[in-house]
Amino acid sequence: MKFLKATAAVVTAAALVGGMSVVAQAAPKASGTITYGLWDSNQKAGYVACAAGFKKATGVTVKVEQIGWDDYWTKVNAGFVSGKGYDVFTSHLAFFPEFAAKKQILPLNSYIKRDKVVVDATYQPGLAALWRDPKGVQYGLPKDFDTIAVFYNKQLTDAAGVSAKTMSSLTWNPTDGGTYEKTIAHLTVDKNGKRGDEAGFDKTKVATYGIWMEGSGGGDGQTQWSFLAASNGWKVNDGPWNNNFHYDSPKLAATIKWWHSLSEKGYMPTFAQQNGVGWSDQLAAGKVAMATNGSWMTGSVFGAKSDKFTPALAPTPVGPTGKRASMYNGLADNIYKGTKNPEAAWQWVKYLGSAACQDVIASKAVVFPAIPSSTKKAVAAFTKKGIDVNPFYVHITGKTTFLFPIGDKKSQRNDIINPVMDSIMSGKSDVSALVEMNTKVKALFK
Amino acid sequence: MAKQAVARKPARRSDFLTAIPFVLPALIGLTIFVLIPGIRGVYLAFTSYDVFTDPIFIGIDNFVKMFQDELFWNALAVTSEYVAINIGIQTVVSLFIAVLLHRFTRSTLIRGIVLMPYLISNVIVALVWYWLLDYNLGLVNSVIDFLGLSKFTFFSDMTAMPTIALINVWRHMGYTALLIFAGLQAIPEDVYAAASVDGAGEWRTFRSITLPLLRPVLAFVLVITITGSFQIFDTVAVTTGGGPINATRVFSLWIADKAWGDFNFGYASAISVFLMVLLSIIAFAQTKLLRASESDLER
Repeated sequence: MKFLKATAAVVTAAALVGGMSVVAQAAPKASGTITYGLWDSNQKAGYVACAAGFKKATGVTVKVEQIGWDDYWTKVNAGFVSGKGYDVFTSHLAFFPEFAAKKQILPLNSYIKRDKVVVDATYQPGLAALWRDPKGVQYGLPKDFDTIAVFYNKQLTDAAGVSAKTMSSLTWNPTDGGTYEKTIAHLTVDKNGKRGDEAGFDKTKVATYGIWMEGSGGGDGQTQWSFLAASNGWKVNDGPWNNNFHYDSPKLAATIKWWHSLSEKGYMPTFAQQNGVGWSDQLAAGKVAMATNGSWMTGSVFGAKSDKFTPALAPTPVGPTGKRASMYNGLADNIYKGTKNPEAAWQWVKYLGSAACQDVIASKAVVFPAIPSSTKKAVAAFTKKGIDVNPFYVHITGKTTFLFPIGDKKSQRNDIINPVMDSIMSGKSDVSALVEMNTKVKALFK
Repeated sequence: MAKQAVARKPARRSDFLTAIPFVLPALIGLTIFVLIPGIRGVYLAFTSYDVFTDPIFIGIDNFVKMFQDELFWNALAVTSEYVAINIGIQTVVSLFIAVLLHRFTRSTLIRGIVLMPYLISNVIVALVWYWLLDYNLGLVNSVIDFLGLSKFTFFSDMTAMPTIALINVWRHMGYTALLIFAGLQAIPEDVYAAASVDGAGEWRTFRSITLPLLRPVLAFVLVITITGSFQIFDTVAVTTGGGPINATRVFSLWIADKAWGDFNFGYASAISVFLMVLLSIIAFAQTKLLRASESDLER
């Protein structure tokens, strides 16, 4: 068995070296067992089903392991160091540039060329490019995507007389907050039953917050402020891998200033108060009317339905640009460079990126697969479960997405950005601190 | 003393040979798990090392960088704050519990109950308290609110470190009390009888008999608990994760961040070496100052 594996590795290596000259070479047969890691427990069943389909198609066994987000990345990193990591693992745009820079993940170009895989046209527009470095090296095939929407508790909006129609047509601007702020204020209730927009509202004794803060959002504010800043015409940089950051823009400053003002007005917990049990538990407990977050949380939030919580979704508000906006992020699978079985690993990645697997994922109604036909199936599957996911999907049909700020030196950037953002959201610094922060971030690339 | 020296002299050589098989198992473990990684860690402290490429020797650069790093001084400050609150309160409370156990009860059940928090896993203790102390949903703030007081943010940048220190006081006080309790049991009853005959009250007995005779045990307990306290990691990792801002970014957490977050193992090793030297100095000073190796019980 060991001998066979070694032979396979040699053959694959030869194929890799010779791949460029030998045109239209058939894919070698893969065999053996590989390991696959993911962090989202809601998605495990789908990928176990995909692994069964893959076994039938190729004879390769895939062992699927799921562990929670924090431990997951520790394990992935420890796997690189020890050489005993997952053969294939679910990767994230925030981390893969560093993995690539450290040469821990396998470039897929020669495989893609050999097997004639159509990359860009297969997936929702723009997704595949996220997994390509500036030199054109592809590291993953998109498997799903996510956008942002407002999760809210319908019991609380009903009690406040806010209709679903109002929720889905909110507008926002950084000056007075628009109908978005008006609604948030109206949904906030103090201990005496006074609403946030009523006279005599006591902001020191809030019983139900209008909206929940989920930390300061760091440098991307994916679920916190990015959709507001972008609808105000702000861009984090000049495109993927670009180092000309715009954290010093007045458009961002105005957005963050407004966002922080919500906690000063008592409509949102302060930074210190939100430090504790997470937003989804707060929402499910009926102590918060709404919270903005990503589509990957849909299954979990709707699963928390109770006599205190009737989950519902609304799209993010329309901003000064006249459009909504949502960060567009997607996952893909990376292959560990030290895998003993690169051929099987690649074929698994190819399978995960194909409609065969993505249709299975779609049927589980947990995330949106990256292939457009599979996305539609997922929307249908969600609808069948009684969940209207259009607030997420509206960004795809309306082309109002913007890309996750992908780039190098993420952890060094975080070291600079996170304390400043935390400090602004705690009211210890003014938004003017963003200017100096931007200078420091840009200096990392000089 | 003289008698001991005479007795030891002829036995020295044969003792060594006999001792080898007894020491060997421990020595193997110590070498593999402590000495080799320890020495390698000290070496790595003088290198730039990202695990994937070979370490590059850079002299004392890591240490120079460390002393200029504001996060280093932050880690020193917040870790010291944690240790001061944790050890200060824990030692007093444990001593009090131990004396109560010693003077007023013989019940094994009560001694068992005292130890209970220590039997629960650190992570579970941290998680349960994190929920209990939550601003919006926690039981503690519900009670505070019910009593008509204003709710308290237990995990703000000002309060997070004291809160975490007190959570660990709760978990460790019973265990520390039992260690001290064992020391109390070693104090002969007749001393107390004599004190009682002389008309000493509880406080006087405690101050003039219990405390002085307990000194070596207390010194041992303090060395162990302070060393352990400086290495606080799990409770912080499970609750605040180093935040808000950097209010709970203690040494161990910061070291882990640098090593596994930034792949800066050289720098992380340098910080670890600093922590090791610091703890050695503290432990040594404590042992000397508290004369831990001598007892006043010898008569």
